[in-house]
Order: sequence, then C-alpha cells, then structure tokens
Amino acid sequence: MTNASPTLEVRDLHVEVAGKPILNGVDLIVNKGEIHALMGPNGSGKSTLANTLMGHPKYTVTAGDIRFEGESVLEWTADQRARAGMFLSFQYPTAIPGVTMVNFLRHALNAREGRDLPVREFRTRLMDTMKQLKMDQQFARRYVNEGFSGGEKKRAEILQLQLFKPSIAILDETDSGLDVDALRVVAEGVNQVAAQEPKPGILLITHYYRILNLIQPDVAHVLVRGRIVKTGGRELAMEVENHGYERIMAELGLTAGEGDTAEALHAAAT
Amino acid sequence: MTTQAASIVGDYKYGFHDDVAAVFKAKPGLNREIVAQISDMKGEPAWMRAFRLQAYDLFEQKEMPRWAAEGALDGIDFQSIHYYVRAADRNARDWDDVPEYIKNTFDKLGIPEAEKKFLAGVGAQYDSEVVYHNIREDLAKQGVIFLDMDGGLRDYPEIVREHFGTVIPAADNKFAALNSAVWSGGSFVYVPAGVKVEIPLQAYFRINTESMGQFERTLIICEPGSYVHYVEGCTAPIYSTSSLHSAVVEIIVKEGARCRYTTIQNWSNNVYNLVTKRAVARKDAVMEWVDGNLGSKLTMKYPSVYMTEPGAHAEILSLAFAGPGQHQDAGGKVVHGAPNTTSTIISKSISKGGGRTSYRGLVKVYPGCDDAVSNVRCDALMIDEDSRSDTYPTMEIDADRVTIGHEATVGKLGEEQLFYLMSRGLPEAEAAKMIVNGFVEPIVKELPMEYAVELNRLIELQMEGSVG
Repeated sequence: MTNASPTLEVRDLHVEVAGKPILNGVDLIVNKGEIHALMGPNGSGKSTLANTLMGHPKYTVTAGDIRFEGESVLEWTADQRARAGMFLSFQYPTAIPGVTMVNFLRHALNAREGRDLPVREFRTRLMDTMKQLKMDQQFARRYVNEGFSGGEKKRAEILQLQLFKPSIAILDETDSGLDVDALRVVAEGVNQVAAQEPKPGILLITHYYRILNLIQPDVAHVLVRGRIVKTGGRELAMEVENHGYERIMAELGLTAGEGDTAEALHAAAT
Repeated sequence: MTTQAASIVGDYKYGFHDDVAAVFKAKPGLNREIVAQISDMKGEPAWMRAFRLQAYDLFEQKEMPRWAAEGALDGIDFQSIHYYVRAADRNARDWDDVPEYIKNTFDKLGIPEAEKKFLAGVGAQYDSEVVYHNIREDLAKQGVIFLDMDGGLRDYPEIVREHFGTVIPAADNKFAALNSAVWSGGSFVYVPAGVKVEIPLQAYFRINTESMGQFERTLIICEPGSYVHYVEGCTAPIYSTSSLHSAVVEIIVKEGARCRYTTIQNWSNNVYNLVTKRAVARKDAVMEWVDGNLGSKLTMKYPSVYMTEPGAHAEILSLAFAGPGQHQDAGGKVVHGAPNTTSTIISKSISKGGGRTSYRGLVKVYPGCDDAVSNVRCDALMIDEDSRSDTYPTMEIDADRVTIGHEATVGKLGEEQLFYLMSRGLPEAEAAKMIVNGFVEPIVKELPMEYAVELNRLIELQMEGSVG
C-alpha cells in the first residue's frame, strides 16, 4: 500500500447475482479528495456496483478486481473492508429492531477503532455530529432505521459517514426520497466530509442531477448495461440532465427502451 | 437415562457440583411408601399426607404428555430418580448459618451479593430443601410473608390449606400430580391487602445431586390492591445422567392486585424441565408472567392466567433460546372467563445449532365473556439451517363480541441486517449477537436491570461460535 495508489480502483469488474450477469466490465478510479458522480438509468447496475464494492455476499465477482489503497479486497468480508476505511451509504438502509442507534454506533466505532471508546468521548462525538446534521438528540435512542422517514434514514447514513470518517465513501442514491430541505442538509453533510482532512474519495451514485447542484463532482460517469460507457467532467452530468440518457446512448449506438434494465439489455445483447 | 449431556453443554458456567454426602437422600424410585416417608419426615398435617398419596395415585394413572415431540420424554426413568434429597439440617435465616459448601455454591452464583444490592428478600433452594430464606424487616413488619413452602405450611396452615392445589389440582396433568405427591421446597408468598413490595423477591433453585428430581411448589397470594414482583433463577451441574425439574406454581391475584413473576431458567442441558404455572386473576387484577427459558434439555412450560372476574388483565412474555440438543416447548395460555378481560402474549424464540423451539399457546374465551380483548404475537428467529421452529397457536373463542389479534413471524437471521451491520465494521459474530439482542429486546426491557444484563450475557454466551 502506497500513497500513490488510488483510493479505489475497479478493474474490468464482472458481477453476477443469482447467476445473472449484471456488471459487464466496470473500470473506475477514484483518488483521494476526488468526488465522482456515477449516473445511469434504472437497472443499469448502479446499486449492484455499490453493494459489490462493499462485499455483499449475494453479489458474485466473476472477473476483474476491486482495489482499495492498492490492495485487492475481493477476499475481504464487508466488516474488513469497513474497518480498512470503506463506507457505503445505503439506498434502503435496513431496520434493526430492538437495537438503539446509540448502541449500534458505539459498537461500530469501537470495532473500527479497535478500542473501547470512553463513554464521554463517544457521547461528545455523537452529539456534536448530530447537532451539525440538525438531528434531535432523541434520535439516538430510536431503533436503527426502524420507523424512520425517508429523510431520517438518509440523515442517519450521513451521520455514520461523518462519525466513521472513511477513506472512500460510496453513496448509493443518497438523494432519493428527500425533500428540498432534507436534500440540502444531507448535501451539506457530504460536503463537510469531503472537505475534512485527510480528504476521502467520494463515489456519488445517483439517478438524478439535482444533488449535483449541491455537491460538485470532479468527474462524472455514465453507467449503462453494466458498463461505464462515458466518463467526463461536470459537463457530462449536465448533459445527462439536459438530454437524458437517450442521447448518450444514441451517440454510442445503443438503443434504450422501456425494459432498459441490465438484465433485459444483457439478454438482448447475447 | 444417560445422555450425551456433557458433550453438548459447551460453555455452561454453572456446571460445577459439590461432592458432599446429603444429610438424607431417598432411595431412587417412587412408590406410596416413599411419598408417605417424605410427608412423615416433614411432619406434615394429615390432610397434606392424604393429598400427596392421592396425587401419587393420579400420577400413576395419568398418561405422559405427548405433544412436544414423539418420544421426547422417553429419557425419563421415574425409577432411577432420587425424589428427595436433603443437603442441610435446617433452613437458615442468617447467611452465616448456611453450610459452608452450599454458601460457596451460592456465592459463585452471586446470590448474597444480589440480595444486598437489589432484592427485598431471597430464598435459596438446594436440591429438595430451601437452605436459606430472608426478607427485609420493613416488609415483614407490613405483614409480607416470604417463606419456603414447608415453612408456610408449618406456620400458616390455614392460609395454605385454603389455597393450596386450588389453582392447579393434582389431577391437572401427570407432572402436576407428581409434584403434588413429592413436592418439597419452593416459596410461600403472602402480600397483605394494599401492600406494595416495590423491589423484587427472589428465589434461587439449584439442583446439586445427580439423577435428582427437584419438585418445588410455590404459592403466591396477593390480597386486594397489593403488588409483588417475584423472580426465580435456576441452575444445575452437568452430569452425564439427566435430572428432572418439575415445579408447580400457583398464584392468586385478588381484586385490584398485581403480580409479576419472572423466571430466568438456565438449567444445564441435562435437565428435563416440566413445569406447571398458573395464576388466577380476579376483578381488575393484573397478572404478568415473564418467562425466559435458556437452559434445559427439554422444557415444556406454558404459564397461564385464568381471568375469572371482569377487568382482569393477563400479560405473558415468553423468551426461549434453544441451542444444540435443546428443545424449548414454551408459550402461554390466557383464559377469558369473564367479560371485559384483556390479555397479551408476546413470544420470542431463537433456535441455533440444531436446537428446536416451539411456541404453544392458547387463547380461550368462554361463552358470554363479551368485550374480551386478546393480542398474541410470536416471533421466531432461526440462526442457521439446522435449527427448527414451530408455532402451535390454539384459539377457542366462544363469545360473540371479542377482539382477537394474532401475528406470527418466522425468519432466518437476516442477510440484509447482517450485511448492514458488517458494512459498519462489526464482525459477523458480533453483528449476529446484536441482531439477536435486538430481537429479544421487547422482553429484556421488562426485566429489572440486573436480570436484563444477565440475560443478555447468557444469550451472548449461547451465540458464541454460532456463525462464521
């Protein structure tokens, strides 16, 4: 592992779910301090990429590699990746009934830092971070993601992002299901993390452009049918916003349709 | 009745035993003479001797219960069990008077410390007899009685005779009949009208002798407007042969009174735990069972509440954890015998490593008991593919205007939940423990803090090495 290695490097990644190929050779490099936007139509494989990067056991890597700070993480379990400094903000965070946020966060921080945090230190960190995110203190007493509104769920994810300070943050549709105010709070939270030293790499996966008005990416990618078909600067994201995916796909000789899911497209392609 | 107990018990912390000769140990096996001998040794009144002998005849006639599983009780050989083992000469009021080796045992189990810290009274039973009993003076002054059952019979014969066997008759089932014939020890609790015992009374049951049958008998009487919380805990050494624990607990909750009875059963995995527990709740009375079953080889136990007068409320919280070689057949019964009665049953069960849990429950509403409300919720969690969980809910509703709710879930340890926690840095085993602790939280949060901590610790112990 050297500082010269990219924070996240994805090479020719092929992934299957239950025997069906979803990703068909994704290449991606995110360096420290960079914000990347990954856009794509529904079913293009965005969430598959996010879950695979974090090591979800349901997703099988059939070819290619994922490297974090120069090391292949393919053999690492999700918790090993997390403790090394990878973080995934979930599109649909799962509820853990009966487990309070405060209990969960304390255990997670202890596991990540390899020590039992003194109660006072933990509380201070938690309360300060919650305040920044305009979260009610009572929130910490609620059960993890249980009965949370869409906005609360995303805020809870950003709270973890801020507490854990990962080296690479993968944000899967963090903007979905948020009203304008909640979106602003979440975007501010991400921007704070992006500005903190040591600066993390951020991979912002999104279906919509609107969050990109609030979080400015350095690089934008378009994912279609399990492949990154185009990479560019911010202007690429703008192009998607103005013209939709159809124009990019047309340029590349691809035809989009109703059933433009990775599965359907793959079936059509073979 | 040899089992492979030792090999399946694993990390059981209370598996040690004391190598001491008992003061008196009945020969193994059971007949009318042994029943009469137990009564004579205790110097009981004639009516109790007759009650025992009649119960023995009923025990002989009754069929073995068959519902838990085919052959589940075949390992019990009634003729090789010691029905009465007395370890000490008398029941001490002062901890210093308890024989040294027994004191050491209870010290290891943390009992005297617990008494000092957060209990209003403690009873400790070692094999057949209660060896120590004490209650805080201020409660005694208010007329609260907390004795072993033998002491209750000796000192308060009228109260005992009026209530004993009225909630659970000897003929109720084979094991109730057995207990009625050979009972020894257990607690006698009497709370006078209007007295509220704010902190718990605890009884601790310990089987020490190999191939021993422990048959404690508990009677709790809550006079109108009173309150008591009674907690029991149980452990036993690990032997290669099985022991039998077959208790009977009768509770009478009179008008406007409230009783809570909490059990943390952590017998070693060579104990058959076949217990009959039942309460009668009268007008506006509240009866709450909090029943945690973690240990034993086979438990068959369904705490019941008979609501006999309007306004009565029943609450049953059942928690079962079955590890390798264990079968927890547990649940609860609520019987609505009057209009305007309400009940809740919440059952949470976890099976792991080939263990089996069964929820068995009854909601019965008698004709004319309108406006009865009952809610049943049972959730089962299986940690792995080898484990098993079944639900046997029975509803017998014979009134027209009732509100009955039933919800049941059975699930495997959730892959998405595990992934979520692991993606935050928690190793798989720790994530699984956290999910399980969350799963049982609705029951654990009903326990006094000390017991909640203990229960969580026991569950964590059960969960060790279960994943990954």
